[in-house]
Amino acid sequence: MSTGFAPARVRPSRGAAAPSRERATETFTAPAGREGSRLTRLRRRVSWPLGIYTTPVAILVLWQVTSELGWLPEKIAPAPTAIVQAGVDLWKLGELSVDLTTSLRRVGIGLAIGLTIGITTGIIAGLLRSGEYLFNGVVQIVHTIPLLAILPLMIVWFGIDELTKVLLISFGAGLPMYLNLFAAIRGVDQRLIEMARAAGVRRWRLITRVLLPGALPGFLVGLRFSLAYSVLGLVAAETINANAGIGYLINRAQTYLRIDQVYLGLVIYAILGLLADQFVRILERVLLQWRPSYEAS
Amino acid sequence: MSTTTTTSVDVRNVGRRFGDRVVLDDLSLTIGESEFVVLLGPSGCGKSTLLRLLGGLDLPDAGTVSVPKARAIVFQNDRLLPWQRVLRNVTIGLYEDGADERALAVLDEVGLKDRARAWPKTLSGGEAQRVSLARALVADPDLVLLDEPFAALDAITRLRMHDLVRDLRHRHNAAMLLVTHDVDEAIALADRILVMSDGRIGSTYDVRLDDDERDVGTAREDLRASLLGDLGLAAVH
Repeated sequence: MSTGFAPARVRPSRGAAAPSRERATETFTAPAGREGSRLTRLRRRVSWPLGIYTTPVAILVLWQVTSELGWLPEKIAPAPTAIVQAGVDLWKLGELSVDLTTSLRRVGIGLAIGLTIGITTGIIAGLLRSGEYLFNGVVQIVHTIPLLAILPLMIVWFGIDELTKVLLISFGAGLPMYLNLFAAIRGVDQRLIEMARAAGVRRWRLITRVLLPGALPGFLVGLRFSLAYSVLGLVAAETINANAGIGYLINRAQTYLRIDQVYLGLVIYAILGLLADQFVRILERVLLQWRPSYEAS
Repeated sequence: MSTTTTTSVDVRNVGRRFGDRVVLDDLSLTIGESEFVVLLGPSGCGKSTLLRLLGGLDLPDAGTVSVPKARAIVFQNDRLLPWQRVLRNVTIGLYEDGADERALAVLDEVGLKDRARAWPKTLSGGEAQRVSLARALVADPDLVLLDEPFAALDAITRLRMHDLVRDLRHRHNAAMLLVTHDVDEAIALADRILVMSDGRIGSTYDVRLDDDERDVGTAREDLRASLLGDLGLAAVH
């Protein structure tokens, strides 16, 4: 009863509306050209020719044009072609390949150490109560410290050479892997574990066929974070006492006001990030094809 | 029908409480070898708790529960591992050689042999529940516990599943305990119907009807009326 009167109270001006008000109806019909006449399909293709990359490319084109018109000061943002040219020049000098391999080696070693530790401890803590007690407290506390704030301590402990750089990257990669893997294993559907127990599944098979596959989506989330944080660690690590690497390239370029080379370094970081993302996407496509949400192409 | 001499399940004076709520109260029950018992009752009467005790998923507060070691549970939801194909879902509990052949044979019995390589996400509700039936039967259990396995299926699929279960029963010769709140399902399948209320078994009906009499007839209607009466529902004719 009270609900029937509520609208009248809220909108007193229309309270006297006639009770025999016409009932509002909505009618749905097939939209014109849903099947896609050739014209509509063409129009759709033309409006977003590159999908999600349409906007970035449009910005690049705009950037290039405004640079060439002289509207963008070169000291703030050199034209995209100038940035590419800087890359080509550095490559020809042989510097870019040195910087690139140095950085990639640091990330590679750092990731290998960080992921190994993160995955091992994550699985142990996920599977065993004692493992949880052993690792979880420490990790949760350390996790609250920002990655970059650890750098000074690491320098004191491990010096300013490669070790600190690699360990910082490992640290960035290992923590998110541990946290996500632990949560993923503990988050495996309890009903499935119960089913397995009822079916007489023994411990090893429970781990390999139920718990670990069930934790795979969480593992991939962890991997995504690990890759991102390892690049973050790389950037931070290469600001200290580096004589090669992408971070070094950027620092040096800044010193000599080579803004095009600064941009080049940023572009390389972006490409590294995109590649990492693409790598995880491919893994997801292969490993998670069983997921109901995954639409096979 | 069959008069049973050996017992498969023996439950004596079992009690189970959760906090202050007494769910099972001094309950006793025996099930004979290859007997099909249906446990009927409204939701929250303790029938699922009893089934979990029989399955070894829970332990009683009082009394004893003795069940065959070789037993299987069919759950209300199919509980298939989404990351394993149908065949591997069926063989999950098998450790002997020739597991795949046995699984394929059972999948054939439930009519899903050609779906052995499929992912669970591509199965319909009825198909998924048939796979979970196959998973339960593949190890040739002496006791199969079915926890409202068809409750989530549509009416037509449910009738097909009843036929399938009747058929499987004759092949596998296991004792079965089905928990349900569906009176028609109970009549369709049971050798014996137990109506549960307040944590005890209220009344027992031996169902001595052949397959046709279970579908239609006065005997069926009389049984249905008494069951509904026991459940506290006036029979509607």
